[in-house]
Amino acid sequence: MKLEVNGKQHEVDVPADMPLLWVLRDVIGLTGTKFGCGMAQCGACTVQVDGAAIRSCITPASAMAGKKITTIEGLSADVTHPVQRAWIEADVVQCGYCQSGQVMAAAALLAQKPKPTDAEIDTAMSGNICRCGTYQRIRTAVHRASELMAAAPAKEKSHAA
Amino acid sequence: MLRDPRNPGIQPTALSPRPSAPSRRDFLKSAVALSAGLVVAFSIPIGLRRAFAQQAKPPAPVPPNAFVRIAPDNSVTILLKHSEMGQGVGTSLPMVLAEELDCDWSHVRVEHAPADMVYANAAFGMQGTGGSTSTWESFGQLRQAGATARALLIAAAAQKWNVMAIDCRTEKGYVISGAHKASYGELADTAAKLPIPDEVKLKDAKDFVLIGKPVKRLDSKAKVSGTAEFGIDVKRPNMLIAVIARPTVFGAKVKSFDATKAKAVAGVVDVVQVPAGVAVLGKHFWAAKQGRDALAIDWDLGAGAALSTAGLRAEYHQLAQKTGAIAKSAGNVEAALEGAQVIEAEYDLPFLAHAPMEPLNCTVEIGTDGCDIYTGTQFQTVDQKIAAAILGLKPEQVRIHTTFLGGGFGRRATPTSDFVAEAVHVAKVSGKTVKVVWTREDDIHGGYYRPMWLSRLRATLGKDGKPAAWAHTLVGQSIMAGTMMEAMMVKDGVDQTSVEGAADSPYLAAIPAHRVDLHSPKSPVSVLWWRSVGHSHTAFVVESFIDELAGAAKQDPLAYRRELLPKDSRERRALDLAAEKFGWGKPLAKGRAAGMAVHASFGSYVAQIAEVSVDGNAIKVHRVVCAIDCGPVVNPLTVEAQMQSGIVYGLSAALHSELTFKDGRVEQSNFHNYPVLRLAEMPKIEVHIVPSTDKMGGCGEPGTPPIAPAVANAVFAATGKRLRSLPLRLA
Repeated sequence: MKLEVNGKQHEVDVPADMPLLWVLRDVIGLTGTKFGCGMAQCGACTVQVDGAAIRSCITPASAMAGKKITTIEGLSADVTHPVQRAWIEADVVQCGYCQSGQVMAAAALLAQKPKPTDAEIDTAMSGNICRCGTYQRIRTAVHRASELMAAAPAKEKSHAA
Repeated sequence: MLRDPRNPGIQPTALSPRPSAPSRRDFLKSAVALSAGLVVAFSIPIGLRRAFAQQAKPPAPVPPNAFVRIAPDNSVTILLKHSEMGQGVGTSLPMVLAEELDCDWSHVRVEHAPADMVYANAAFGMQGTGGSTSTWESFGQLRQAGATARALLIAAAAQKWNVMAIDCRTEKGYVISGAHKASYGELADTAAKLPIPDEVKLKDAKDFVLIGKPVKRLDSKAKVSGTAEFGIDVKRPNMLIAVIARPTVFGAKVKSFDATKAKAVAGVVDVVQVPAGVAVLGKHFWAAKQGRDALAIDWDLGAGAALSTAGLRAEYHQLAQKTGAIAKSAGNVEAALEGAQVIEAEYDLPFLAHAPMEPLNCTVEIGTDGCDIYTGTQFQTVDQKIAAAILGLKPEQVRIHTTFLGGGFGRRATPTSDFVAEAVHVAKVSGKTVKVVWTREDDIHGGYYRPMWLSRLRATLGKDGKPAAWAHTLVGQSIMAGTMMEAMMVKDGVDQTSVEGAADSPYLAAIPAHRVDLHSPKSPVSVLWWRSVGHSHTAFVVESFIDELAGAAKQDPLAYRRELLPKDSRERRALDLAAEKFGWGKPLAKGRAAGMAVHASFGSYVAQIAEVSVDGNAIKVHRVVCAIDCGPVVNPLTVEAQMQSGIVYGLSAALHSELTFKDGRVEQSNFHNYPVLRLAEMPKIEVHIVPSTDKMGGCGEPGTPPIAPAVANAVFAATGKRLRSLPLRLA
């Protein structure tokens, strides 16, 4: 089947029911997207499909035909997406394993709601578990990313929405 | 987890006996002297081993240049002997070395060190990360290493310019003398050939530019762009992925299995039996997992099939009625309790899985000259020895490549190296390069849990309301029993990690008659240190019961604790700061109530005050004020992050997580029924650091113990209900 990931076409020979996560990681070789639970409970596998955050661990690759998939590797060319900059500025990460998913979820949220309230952040980000407990700095960083986006809207067109 | 935080010297361990431990001073001195001839810009450890081979005597373990390489392009590579698992050692430890080296911080790169005893943790006598030891254990060593490298660079510059070393100074990666200026990169080659000085001068603390300052993490960019490499991301040539069917009942064995259906799954390459179970190897995870799930295995379940939480709880309750092995005793407790009005309570805590976000995994590549292991581990030396034994190799033929760890919390430090050993077996039996990957269900079912605990407490109060007698009986499995650490850590039937925080509670000194005793029942369930180890249960019990006694004495919880704690104690300093910042005693918003706890662990002293509300049976934690005295601080941003982290980890256990057994099987399997804290539940956490020049303690674990009792005490303040079981449930 054909998959478009980060603006690039990939022809992959995989079972139709194989989750997108494992096609990305083990077949295409994009390991930034993480495996955490395999049942859409933790958000570590979050990628964007046509701009919306989805859990790639339960999404069959075959359902992705004709859609634009963006992974953490494709969010920005040089780690300058406002969410990435805000995350670095707020010193969010600890072990970092969940953070690809957190960043992709936050980027999708901000694309929909450029100035989210605390309640909207809680709703959008509660599907992403962080065992290191970086939640407080995540909240700070989402607000900061919102400011950065307002200050320099769409500096460059990334693959993400 | 393996040592007394108040005695941070080199301690003998069962793994590496050191009958006559040198003093810290001798240790550093000889380390510097013996590393003469090694080069600052040289690659470790091959050069190191060669140099060691030329020495008649065994080398001292810490040549400073094992920790830093300076390249001609001025990049400074600092080798990290501790594992970066989120706790920030990949930033805070390089800060310590860079401070003395006086290099340009923006040129610093960090790499995990290879497995080598030169990188032994002085608290363990082997290479390993845990016990919140990393910063205090290596602080002096890394300063010495940085200062020695700086002295060599100055000597090289002095030689080059024909000036006195004393007339040279350093600044951000340059040596300067009068009109002369040379970068460290230019000087590295010459410096590498110079003799190591016997003594180097360390900076005065008032001149620190990095230590004590808020410095942001070095690994952020890699971790927000998907480029940080975790064990699960490792790829080696011709590598297969393996998923293992392990017993669903502890102690069960494979009787027979049929792999026909597994082998029919597209992408499955091989099926092999190993001591851990049956492994299915596939071209990718999905094939291996589908294959694993298609295996038909006939298990001999054994005695473990009878295990149930209800049964264990009944057994523990029975045991708690009798006195166990004595951990601490003073006065005649039974006489003091006899005929007096006794306050009695039983507390219990469940088995817990660590559930790090990155499921366990390990990649093994066996070659003609040894074996390469790629994994996120906390226990390099143990992994190396165990893998070598399985393969019939010498330990140094097993090369451990430590990746980033997607969380550890103790789970990646197993005395049996379980997740490494099984991967080595799979590679050995199959003859393939293989990455074993665990599913979340494998992780939740995989054992090495925080043990289930039950504590029975009895106390009487004197006329002043203070406790006059205190009897504490603990029941729970020993972590150390049956491991290589048993000889060191289990004394007179008491595993020190079972009673830490209870037998050495600072309250006991104020109680004339007291006794802390322990029952250590055995079960087929494997148990392990879980972030804060024994403190994860003793803080809940001691700080809840003290609160009960304060209530019985009709005294304010803060005043009561202050009265019992020694006047100049660090516990009291932390408590006072937390109380001040929280505004203890001031009215709270309607429907809110507060509770507190203070607990020392791993050399640090932490007080937390939680503000909660209760809506029906739902407990909501709104705010936590945390004060810590950890001695001198290397990076306040790390201390703050680790307090937040420890609190969240503890809140997951306080409010949600629990493993239960029925018919020998763990009833939970994934985050839907083993819930952990999510962002919407995150309280506002304020962290305050007690200014302190006292002995340096740890930060990775001490934030966890006080939060459960602080919340439980707040729930009592809100509802009048004493919750004595974790997770806290009002109904």
